[in-house]
Amino acid sequence: MNTIFYIAAATAIVSSILAITNRNAIHALLYLIISLMSVSVVFYILGAPLIAALEVIVYAGAIMVLFIFVVMMLNIGLEEETEKKWLTPKMWILPSILAAILLGIFIYVLKVFQFEKTSAEIIGPKQVGISLFTTYLIAVEISAILLLAGIVGAYHLGKQKKKVTHRFLENTPSDKKSDLKTI
Amino acid sequence: MVTVSMEIQILFAGLLFLIGLTGFLVGRNIIFMLLSIEIMLNSAALVFVIAGSHWMQADGQVMFIFILTVSAAEVSVGLALILQMYHHYKTLDADALSKLRDNEVK
Amino acid sequence: MSTYIWLIPVLPLFSFLIIALFGRFIPKKAVAIMGVGSVTLSAIFTILAGIQFLSSPPAGGACTSTIYTWMSAGGFTADISFILDPLSLVFCFVITFVGALIHLYSVEFMKDDDGFARFFAYMNLFVSSMLILVLADNLLLLYLGWEGVGLCSYLLIGFWYKEPENGYAARKAFIVTRIGDTAMIIGLFLLFVSFGTLNIQDLMQDVSLKWVTGSPLAVISAALLLGGALGKSAQLPLQTWLPDAMAGPSPVSALIHAATMVTAGVYLITRTHVLFALAPVVMAAVAIIGAVTLLVAGFSALAQTDLKRVLAYSTISQIGYMFLAMGIGAWSAAVFHFMIHAFFKALLFLSAGAVIHLLHDEHDMFKMGGLRKKMPVVFITFLIGGASLSALPLVTAGFYSKDQILWFGWSASSSNHWLWLAGITGALLTSLYTFRMIFITFFGETKTEPDHKPGLIMTIPLIILALLSLVGGVIEMPENMGPVHLFSKLFDKILPAVNLSGGGSTELIFQILSAVISLGGIYIAYLIFYKKSSLAIRFKQSSLSNFFFSGWRFDKVYNILFVRPVVWLSEIDKKDFIDLIYTYIAKATGYFNLLLSKTQNGKLRWYVLVLTAGLVLLLTIMICL
Repeated sequence: MNTIFYIAAATAIVSSILAITNRNAIHALLYLIISLMSVSVVFYILGAPLIAALEVIVYAGAIMVLFIFVVMMLNIGLEEETEKKWLTPKMWILPSILAAILLGIFIYVLKVFQFEKTSAEIIGPKQVGISLFTTYLIAVEISAILLLAGIVGAYHLGKQKKKVTHRFLENTPSDKKSDLKTI
Repeated sequence: MVTVSMEIQILFAGLLFLIGLTGFLVGRNIIFMLLSIEIMLNSAALVFVIAGSHWMQADGQVMFIFILTVSAAEVSVGLALILQMYHHYKTLDADALSKLRDNEVK
Repeated sequence: MSTYIWLIPVLPLFSFLIIALFGRFIPKKAVAIMGVGSVTLSAIFTILAGIQFLSSPPAGGACTSTIYTWMSAGGFTADISFILDPLSLVFCFVITFVGALIHLYSVEFMKDDDGFARFFAYMNLFVSSMLILVLADNLLLLYLGWEGVGLCSYLLIGFWYKEPENGYAARKAFIVTRIGDTAMIIGLFLLFVSFGTLNIQDLMQDVSLKWVTGSPLAVISAALLLGGALGKSAQLPLQTWLPDAMAGPSPVSALIHAATMVTAGVYLITRTHVLFALAPVVMAAVAIIGAVTLLVAGFSALAQTDLKRVLAYSTISQIGYMFLAMGIGAWSAAVFHFMIHAFFKALLFLSAGAVIHLLHDEHDMFKMGGLRKKMPVVFITFLIGGASLSALPLVTAGFYSKDQILWFGWSASSSNHWLWLAGITGALLTSLYTFRMIFITFFGETKTEPDHKPGLIMTIPLIILALLSLVGGVIEMPENMGPVHLFSKLFDKILPAVNLSGGGSTELIFQILSAVISLGGIYIAYLIFYKKSSLAIRFKQSSLSNFFFSGWRFDKVYNILFVRPVVWLSEIDKKDFIDLIYTYIAKATGYFNLLLSKTQNGKLRWYVLVLTAGLVLLLTIMICL
């Protein structure tokens, strides 16, 4: 079991790195999907089968697909050259340094803190369901409202209104010429 | 079932988080920024599940479901905003959205 | 008597307030009546008080009246209370009487001037302050009057403020006297710290009880008070302001700079004579300063061309006589000379003012001449004043007062024969420059024609003062002419008599000597200036004359010593470099703001970067701790 865990973890990390260093947006998103799937495997190993399934269905299936749709709609293929211009190797230095420092702190803290070794049990969907609808009922309702707000917001913000200006307020050169002609 | 020590698990989650952070700091395309945010959210949720399995309670998984919900809502709204931005500025450069800066009197 | 003493200084004050507030709305005649009337009323009250005082002197030789408690804090009380004793009585009489005459004179003198009301307001305020000064019961109230007269002097010297030179002269007067005032207030502090009270009577008693003769504190406080007196009375080294103060109108010069303000120093020293008696060093300094001043001023007067400046230097010189007298302990002689001097000096200034006024403000003596026939009344009064100044023997009052000082200068036990010599030389100089002035101005050919004859309002005060200059001497005659000692008897109880070391027979010799000297001076002046000998012309062109003309170059020395360094310092500080520190602090803050505002560039990535960096920092610190 452990080996599967390590393999899945390594896959997740590698594909994440590949996702962020890629220049093509679609490729990056696809790598991200792979990463999400690996994490789902990790979830399963950790004894949370419901979560594993949810991860694939919702995260990889719905959210990432949404991403891909928007990217395709924006027609970013033309932007690839500019992406090359933007992502110079020079720009990687500072974030990498900061990340490395944080990693160091992270490892240090983990070393200091004593963890107990436990083995994991499988916590089935039934348990999660009961917990959701009894203890955390209010949070469920609130998250439903949140989703509602998200839907409304996304609909409203996604609307593209065409700006209509009066013809006298337009100052494109062609209009000016036509104005002169009518005088 | 698994006997991997918890340090390794949390380290794994932390590493994912850092990768997401780095991606965010580097990326200039706003799509990549959203992407990195997703990575970070995912890793945070992973930590919750790890903790939940450690204590052998369902709370960790419940928390994951909520994080998922939030992430979904946030992505949809964020993408709608990106659509608006593209419509106005005709570019996906994150640095173009700097109207909230401090206007110095030159 | 004590019920109306307070009216004496308050009446002019009241009149000042009314004129100052409403002067523009009431007609000139009303202003004149109020201005002159208030001082006259004060004079009448003074005379009444004097008569009452002389006929039935109150116990203790003085009469006090307290009208208001000014302040009472921490064991220190200062009241507005007035004391009337022979000394203040004499001063009051002179101030109010001469003041009233001068006010009357100025009604006509200033009648064409726009600032008529302003003039009378200032003059009344001045008279009021001076009366407060001499009537004050404690040194704090005296200082109030002291400052008041300084202020009025400034206001009145610069009365015609549209000319910048008048403003400079007024400023100079104020600043130079300020130096003296500062010394005086330090002296007052010292006295207060030592004794806890500034009431003059108590102070004088405590001083003689606590301090021995020659103790350092006594010397220092006496010296500081002397400094104040030097400033106001224009003695060395603070005498430079008085000649320039002649920029003011002639009645101002008459009142302030001849009769009253410049004698404030004399009053102060006489009032606190107990303190001065405890510091013989300071007394000697007083005498020496008086002697040197009278010589310096006498010589300077010889070379002046401006009519009023001669009189200014003459005033300095005569006050030097008073200081000389005080320094050797002849207190009543000093006060007597003060009174007589007030009469004839005011007379001289007023008639000089008449001359100048009628000659269209012509100040230069050498442009006048031959006015003897054109303005006979003025000529006669001027002549009488000049004769009194020169101490013409027997007929003028000046003879008696100056002679007394000279006699004491020789014979007093604490006096030096050098002092007498200085005095007698000064007498020679006095008659010399006085009659030089008279000959040049009134004799010879007329160079400028006078406008018209002076009116009655101007001439009456002249005549009254002339009479006083002649007969004022009868109240104090020397021993061998008739033992009339009315004046010094007045001061028996409050001023100590001077110790004589010589006998009465030698007095006659000295009287004859001084008579000869004054007549001789007149004769020499006659020879030189009337006959217009070449000596006069040579003298005028010599460098010695220039030296005297500039008042022994004091102004120049002070300019180099004091004025130039201050001006240099302020030139350096033109950009106000102390202020630059604060400007730089403000600029630095602005600069940092500029720097920091660059971090708020609206870019999301940048914000997260900074956030992460902060997080790293925080975690590092937390772990390290």
